[in-house]
Amino acid sequence: MRVQMTVNGTTKEADVEPRLLLVHLIRENLGLTGTHIGCDTTSCGACTVLLDGRPVKSCTVFAVQADGRSVSTVEGLEQGGVLHAVQEGFTKEHGLQCGFCTPGMMMTSVALLERNAAPTELQIRQAISGNLCRCTGYVNIVKAIQYAGTKLRETKAEREPAAAGRA
Amino acid sequence: MAVEIGGIGHSVQRKEDARFIRGRGNYVDDVKLPGMVYLDIVRSPYAHARIVKIDTSKALAIPGVLAVITGKDLVPLKLEWMPTLMGDKQMVLPTDTVMYQAQEVAAVVATERYIAADGVAAVEVEYEPLPVVVDPIKALLPDAPVIREDRAQKNNQIWHWEAGDKAGTDKAFRESDVVVKQDIYIPRIVVASIETCGMVAQFDKIDGQLTVWMTTQAPHAIRTVIALVAGHLGLAEHKIRVISPDIGGGFGGKVPVYPGYVLTIGASVLTGLPVKWIEDRSENIQADSFARDYHITAELAAKKDGTMRALRVKTVADHGAFDAAANPSKFPAGLFGIVTGSYPFEKAFVEVDGVYTNKPPGGIAYRCSFRVTEAAFAIERLVDILALELKRDPADLRLQNFIPPQAFPFMSTLGWEYDSGNYAGALKLAMDKIGYAALRREQAEKRKRGELMGIGISSFTEIVGAGPSKHFDILGLKMFGSCEIRVHPTGKATVRLGVKSQGQGHETTFGQIVAEELGLPVADIEVEEGDTDTAPYGLGTYASRSTPVAGAATAVAARKIREKGKLIAAHLLEASPDDIEWKDYKYQVKGVPAKSKTMAEVAFAAYTNHPQGVEAGLEAVDYYDPPNLTFPFGSYICVVDIDKGTGEVKVRRFFAVDDCGTIINPMIVEGQIHGGLTMGLAPALFEEINYDKDGNIQGGTFMDYLLPTAMETPSWETAKTTTPSPHHPIGAKGVGESATVGAPAAIANAVVDALAHLGVRHIDIPITPWKVQRILKEKGVAE
Repeated sequence: MRVQMTVNGTTKEADVEPRLLLVHLIRENLGLTGTHIGCDTTSCGACTVLLDGRPVKSCTVFAVQADGRSVSTVEGLEQGGVLHAVQEGFTKEHGLQCGFCTPGMMMTSVALLERNAAPTELQIRQAISGNLCRCTGYVNIVKAIQYAGTKLRETKAEREPAAAGRA
Repeated sequence: MAVEIGGIGHSVQRKEDARFIRGRGNYVDDVKLPGMVYLDIVRSPYAHARIVKIDTSKALAIPGVLAVITGKDLVPLKLEWMPTLMGDKQMVLPTDTVMYQAQEVAAVVATERYIAADGVAAVEVEYEPLPVVVDPIKALLPDAPVIREDRAQKNNQIWHWEAGDKAGTDKAFRESDVVVKQDIYIPRIVVASIETCGMVAQFDKIDGQLTVWMTTQAPHAIRTVIALVAGHLGLAEHKIRVISPDIGGGFGGKVPVYPGYVLTIGASVLTGLPVKWIEDRSENIQADSFARDYHITAELAAKKDGTMRALRVKTVADHGAFDAAANPSKFPAGLFGIVTGSYPFEKAFVEVDGVYTNKPPGGIAYRCSFRVTEAAFAIERLVDILALELKRDPADLRLQNFIPPQAFPFMSTLGWEYDSGNYAGALKLAMDKIGYAALRREQAEKRKRGELMGIGISSFTEIVGAGPSKHFDILGLKMFGSCEIRVHPTGKATVRLGVKSQGQGHETTFGQIVAEELGLPVADIEVEEGDTDTAPYGLGTYASRSTPVAGAATAVAARKIREKGKLIAAHLLEASPDDIEWKDYKYQVKGVPAKSKTMAEVAFAAYTNHPQGVEAGLEAVDYYDPPNLTFPFGSYICVVDIDKGTGEVKVRRFFAVDDCGTIINPMIVEGQIHGGLTMGLAPALFEEINYDKDGNIQGGTFMDYLLPTAMETPSWETAKTTTPSPHHPIGAKGVGESATVGAPAAIANAVVDALAHLGVRHIDIPITPWKVQRILKEKGVAE
């Protein structure tokens, strides 16, 4: 089957079997290996990408279901040589060790901060509870997301001083 | 400790993060070679069965399936069995009998990943079930079916190991006022690193060169094992290159040689094509090596004033169908001899029997390879049981009994020389930080109101850094550390080590050691690991050995460079080498600080203007044979609240004081402790692999095998004391597994403490809501 989708802002086309999982399309056909596979039961979240801005576990989505939609992966976070605040937060706060869960964890974080720029610790923990990390014990991941939230709010305030004033 | 250099003691940002946060890590499954084909594995649904027939015809008829490999195909190659790291042997593929559920039965090679899976589904295997032995204690009974008919010894005992003074211990028990005894089962668990295991193998038929990219924590050892196992097929060690690229967590699960690796290499040799094999999560949980599975009976004898005198421990260790653990040769029960813990017992006797059952091989790591967690859990639970028996505060009882700081180096009754420690210092700091006295008052008030709150302590002693060549080897290979440093003409350095990071941040921390020793900025130092063609030979990373052995080798290699550099600096400064000193990260003429040369200047001269009689270049290598192990320690205090309705245990607070000697990078050490604590929480409350009576695994996926998420994991609180190792070149001890060793007992002790007034003395881990609720019902306090 022919599918077409926007991946990190670029239109991509592929001819795929109906059973092909989105994660395999991303990794094998498109060569974007930053999205990882950690389980076969939709439990670990290493394969998390954004589908039309919402986090999904791409091991549980068929490639054909993404037809005509927009997919964002870790490779699209850095823009024009500038790291996304979430990427910066993860390294500054030591929110990663082996790096395997990190791309999925960061995509979930990006989606959280898009809908809630100032999450509480509990909201952060709830948001990432579908992403397993075996290395960090989550404490520094929470700090990384808090760091990113603060940075995103500050950037927004600089860009839109009037709006920030009203808020 | 100059900030601009980023030497020892600085929280230098990790170098490896730059690629990981961009999705540019290079893990085994990211390796893609032209013409690469895929391997997938047929596994047994039975725990013990005779293979009547394997029909591969339907699989071979699928377009794209290139080959199906069975045990019979391996016989002419003499590859159907392989040696294990423990001197046992293990099936690569069975020729007639399977020994455990999910054991490899056949391998399918196909052009695509999905087609390989189709091939696996199409292989038809006829089995005839055989009697199953699941319980290792029953496995030792005289009438138990013999699992390993291939052995000369016709029972299920693998080995018996013991240490200590049996008669002296028995005498001390007879003479003591108080004896406490407890059966403790430490269940079978699996490391479940988020990256599963896998390999890409590429064999070049023309030049006989084999290159493998592999999820391994010990690439050099693997290279030697491949040469030993398949040397008769022409795979020679100088033509084998093992690359361990980025590893998505290891924790010990990536030390063993799994049949899938051998099959992948075999398939590449057979087809002449590059072959990739990546496990599914369910295969990883069901078939890879397990940890723990210790059935312990522990007894402690004490005086009525609380002085602990003697310890007696008997253990049955379930090793599954093959003894494929990864302990040093002389220590089949690992370093379980650390079971006397932080206390100066007069006498101790410990014995362990390794037993075969119809389960996958057990006895490897879960962030603690060498049975230290089992030992720490047993002693720290027993101390709490003694405190209950004597109606003593568990903190007071520990403070009364600790080995005092002035007693180090301390020779334990089981023969380990503890290098340094201040156990009371760590516990007092933890009590102070968490507010122990106030928590006890709160608990007393809550108890009056019927609320269940518990406080648990664990004051563990670790034993890491294997190890001195006198005692430590795996397959005869001595467990030294290794490091090679090359300082280039422009003052930049390449550092290569025989260990392999799996997330520990070696590229940063080992760079910091070199920065500290040579005065070069850490940014100018590139650390490389995991390629046997370039790195010096080493036994890899596990059991918290990297910093104790390879960190030491790094410091010593750097000091060799500094010694040579002194001759060059003397030449440049027109002074005698005796008048040159290394001060403030520079060579200086003694008493004349203005006359100095940096390491970068000396490096340039080493290639452009070296003194006559001194070799050009500035390189050094060191193979470090540690004089002793290192003994990190810590005291943890855990506070739990128990829901009387659901039985759920909520970890409210957890304060960890760790002492791992000199700290190289505080940020990374704290991260290691956070992760270790979470892998201590996991078996304490959630994780367990069970089997039914037919040997069917209960919970072989992440749906049932419950890794802690961010919701169950508390916000860990940490502090440190620093007691350097006296024998390590920079005083470091290692930290990776400490928290996993220490945490389970603190949590279990807290839960038992919450229920102690109801008469509860012990609950086996994992302490699930179901277990707690059953106790609450029994005691009539469930809501």
